[in-house]
Amino acid sequence: MLTLILILLPLAAGIITLLSGAQLAKKIALVSGLAILATAVYAWLQFDPAAGTQFSYQYNWLSNGSILFSGGMDGISLVLVLLTTFLTPLIILSAFKHDYKNSPTFYALILFMESALVGVFTATDAFLFYLFFEAALIPVYFLAAVWGGEHRLKVTLKFFIYTIFGSLFMLVALVYLYFQTPGAHSSQISALYALELSAQAQGLIFWAFFIAFAIKMPLFPFHTWQPDTYTESPTPATMLLSGIMLKMGVYGLIRLLLPIVPDGLAQWGMVAMILSVIGIIYGSIIAIQQSDMKRLIAYSSFAHVGLMAAGVFSVSTNGLQGALIQMLAHGINVVGLFFIIDIIYQRTKTRYLDQLGGISQVSPQLSILFMILLLGSVALPLTNGFVGEFLLLSSVFHYDNWLGAVAGLTIILGSVYMLRLFQKSMFGPISKWVEGFQDLTLSEKAVLLPLVVMVFWIGIYPNTFLKITEPAVHQLLTLVK
Amino acid sequence: MSASLFFLIPLLPLLGFLINGLGFPHIPKSLAGILGTLAAVGSFLLSLMAFNTFVSEGSQPMILPLFDWITVGNLNIPFAFQVDQLSLLMLLIITGVGSLIHIYSMGYMHDDAGFGKFFAYLNLFLFFMLLLVLGSNYVIMFIGWEGVGLCSYLLIGFWNKNNSYNDAARKAFIMNRVGDLGFLLGIFTIITTFGSVEYLEVFSQAAGFQVGDPIMVTITLLLFVGAMGKSAQIPLYTWLPDAMAGPTPVSALIHAATMVTAGIYMVIRSNVLYTLAPGTLEIVGIIGAATAVFAASIGLLQNDIKKVLAYSTVSQLGYMFMGLGAMAYSASMFHVITHAFFKALLFLGAGSVIHAMSNEQDLRAMGGLRKKLPITFLTFLIATIAISGIPPFAGFFSKDEILAHVFEHNKILWVLGVLGSLMTSFYMFRLLFLTFFGEFRGSQAQADHLHESPASMTVPLIILAVLSAVGGFIGVPEALHGSHQLAAFMDPLFDTSRQVNPAAFLPTALSHSEEYLLMAVSVAAAVIAAVMAYVMYISKNNVPASDRVEKSGIQKLIYNKYYIDELYDTVFVTPTKTLSNLLYNFGEFLIDLVVNGAVKLIRFGSGLLKKTQTGSVGDYVFAMVLGIVALLFWKLLL
Repeated sequence: MLTLILILLPLAAGIITLLSGAQLAKKIALVSGLAILATAVYAWLQFDPAAGTQFSYQYNWLSNGSILFSGGMDGISLVLVLLTTFLTPLIILSAFKHDYKNSPTFYALILFMESALVGVFTATDAFLFYLFFEAALIPVYFLAAVWGGEHRLKVTLKFFIYTIFGSLFMLVALVYLYFQTPGAHSSQISALYALELSAQAQGLIFWAFFIAFAIKMPLFPFHTWQPDTYTESPTPATMLLSGIMLKMGVYGLIRLLLPIVPDGLAQWGMVAMILSVIGIIYGSIIAIQQSDMKRLIAYSSFAHVGLMAAGVFSVSTNGLQGALIQMLAHGINVVGLFFIIDIIYQRTKTRYLDQLGGISQVSPQLSILFMILLLGSVALPLTNGFVGEFLLLSSVFHYDNWLGAVAGLTIILGSVYMLRLFQKSMFGPISKWVEGFQDLTLSEKAVLLPLVVMVFWIGIYPNTFLKITEPAVHQLLTLVK
Repeated sequence: MSASLFFLIPLLPLLGFLINGLGFPHIPKSLAGILGTLAAVGSFLLSLMAFNTFVSEGSQPMILPLFDWITVGNLNIPFAFQVDQLSLLMLLIITGVGSLIHIYSMGYMHDDAGFGKFFAYLNLFLFFMLLLVLGSNYVIMFIGWEGVGLCSYLLIGFWNKNNSYNDAARKAFIMNRVGDLGFLLGIFTIITTFGSVEYLEVFSQAAGFQVGDPIMVTITLLLFVGAMGKSAQIPLYTWLPDAMAGPTPVSALIHAATMVTAGIYMVIRSNVLYTLAPGTLEIVGIIGAATAVFAASIGLLQNDIKKVLAYSTVSQLGYMFMGLGAMAYSASMFHVITHAFFKALLFLGAGSVIHAMSNEQDLRAMGGLRKKLPITFLTFLIATIAISGIPPFAGFFSKDEILAHVFEHNKILWVLGVLGSLMTSFYMFRLLFLTFFGEFRGSQAQADHLHESPASMTVPLIILAVLSAVGGFIGVPEALHGSHQLAAFMDPLFDTSRQVNPAAFLPTALSHSEEYLLMAVSVAAAVIAAVMAYVMYISKNNVPASDRVEKSGIQKLIYNKYYIDELYDTVFVTPTKTLSNLLYNFGEFLIDLVVNGAVKLIRFGSGLLKKTQTGSVGDYVFAMVLGIVALLFWKLLL
């Protein structure tokens, strides 16, 4: 039941926000975001990692009960729900200082998005998963298309077509799988796990799933919608996209692709792995010369997600645990980094590195928090990024030494573009754009400090989260093998 | 001594960092300096206690667990410390020299606006450096390894208004990361091979391997790549001379006495693995020797007082690796210790000079300072004699022990070692003479300002000078009627190595007279070089030419550091940037084109399909899909 509450709460809160006045809307949104977080934390406290899927709900939906409206949480779902509910109120708060027109709609869309995201991460029925997967697209599409930058329409259209195109592949695959189930058919994900499919069918379904999820994350070469969309979207939407929504893709790989088509993976896993590793290097190299800070982080995010996918395709405990912990870390870091860029942009009206410089002298607090998030992003030990990157790289290295070594270049390239970003914005002489720069306000600190706490928590004591997911990952790997 | 007291050793500097870091700039300077220094000194006193306890309780290694850090599947990485001979020695160096440098910094950084921040960073560095040497497994070592890299980055770029300093800091971090990748891959191979990263577990399993096993060679080579970065060996050394952009106490602590010796520590810690991989050791020895000579040769012509010392550090680290290559593990550790004394002293002395000269670092503007800075001069002189390897000062014993082992192992490397000695003595005496002798060559304003440094700076100089003078007596060889206490103390560290490769640990085959001869050769080399420097810079009163004077041939090559920086720029930096632009401007466009093309092709194909095959399966599926979508939404909205 708790799961359903976590889906319905943001939906209801969204509707209330939508109907309220401009002044009240953001406050309602924030308070309900926090209440939802509290509910999720309550679920976490009640959660027993060893007990499989919990807090389940189930209703008849379609085709006389062969398609169910059902969901629940195992460890993998729980950590992603925690991530979603943790980031959403921060994203809401980060938008406060903006004067968005039509703000009730704006904040309501964020809450609708949260509802759909929780739905994706907890659905135990394949069609319900698909429904939420698509539903999550709609609010963020509107956020980007209505409140975005100059080229928003062209860019969001590309984004929309890309993702819809990918989803259709998944839908076809799901329909096919549904009709393969015995008897009166079932679209329960667990029923799909039990299917005995021919190698050829598995190969095809592998690619259908792969394309759907690869576009969402995105993976090379399906990524060209991403830098433009991240750059043009209003920052809260960029945070939703990069902090949470891309995890739907990684989650899809873990929840559907791996256990349903293990033979497909055996045939094509190497190709998927190579594409992922190419993405890591390709994204990192492009990030090195970017001048627009937002675009730079967009490419770095693209590189990071490549490593997560590579870990998943390694089909190992290290790879999956690494991907899961890295999803948390990446969500936290990327939301923080985009927010810092937004703060700088608000104050200076520029995002271009060539025009910035010397911010650390006028805004030491900002520069310290920026540095911490950046260290998380370049995976310095004792920050959150290290645990994930260590596990992921070790899994890729174990899968293939050379691929592991190539993927490992990310630790060098990551420091190249991140330190350049930091130096050009924070250090050096104070640029004329930076004059009069104010240090952080209270509400800005309220967004950044929880993120920074999580950077250290996951970095210093990752077992909190690794222990939640361990049994679920173990179970999943048994299915695959 | 209880375990919880022991945990205070790294914890005190961490606390110091947190207080000074969070309190900056509200904590007054006087308090910030004292807090930072107390953290270091407290940590030193506790280290002394730990050392005494260890020795009095029979020198048994201990594991002190804190908590399980990363647990995944069968791999558990505990956050735990290992207390043994090696970690205790490192502990004493780090906190001891560290304390002196903290005290010194109170004077040196006194007028700096970032005073409190500086102490916070220094404390943070101590914390990570202590983790590095205390960790009971490779991943904790890696925490420290990367953590000290971060502090090095922050402190090189401490004066971050200056972008050339920032570039130096960034270069240091990135080049270290190149090494770190090797280190990381080494750890992964260790995990694959042993299923653990804990030293005790790894080494006891390793004892079952054959000498020369390829997997041991792989692991040790990868780890050594990490050492090349951190300890500035060819080809990853070019960051260290640039790192001199940082405040001078930083150069003394991080870039001379402690952090850069992490690579040597790592090899000694992993001595079992290295002993099993003689192939790797050959490479270690060759790279060490090459670096020792190469860097020393650059040092011959440098005119910046800190740059000379920086190349000297690179070169001395080369000696340590040369020793490791000959499996003279404890001799290398001996040199780590003596080097920490005299090189820290040299840097602090240089700092005192720079302080007195109103931030002038060019030797050509100095001269005759011995009258104005008597304490600095005297201590600098002692350090110079010590590093040059002239008995009975500290450097003589440690360097000689390394060279004796290298001689037994490989005569060519020994010749290179002696050649390096000769150059070391020359560039050091050249530096000494140009700075402290002759006439003052600076401006009038500088001359008026000349003064000896305050006590907070000279007292550390004096203490280090005493250590540089007598520090060698902890390792007097048997040939000189000593008992080599250091080697005896460290001996149990090599038990497993001895067991897996007994041949490598046979007592020396050199007779006493041969040993005397070797000593005589290297001392003679040092003295000859010192005399040459005397003739050139005192008798003939030469001063290095101004940069405006065109240099010729080999001089130009050496003065420009063999153009290695330019080479790296051309081979790595520029192509990466070009590639980045290329991928962004053309690659992305191309991918868009291809993906869009593919989509169009599919649409085109499906269109054809529909036209040619009425009532095809495709149509059915498509209609079904649409139907289901409609149904889904319809049901949901009800």
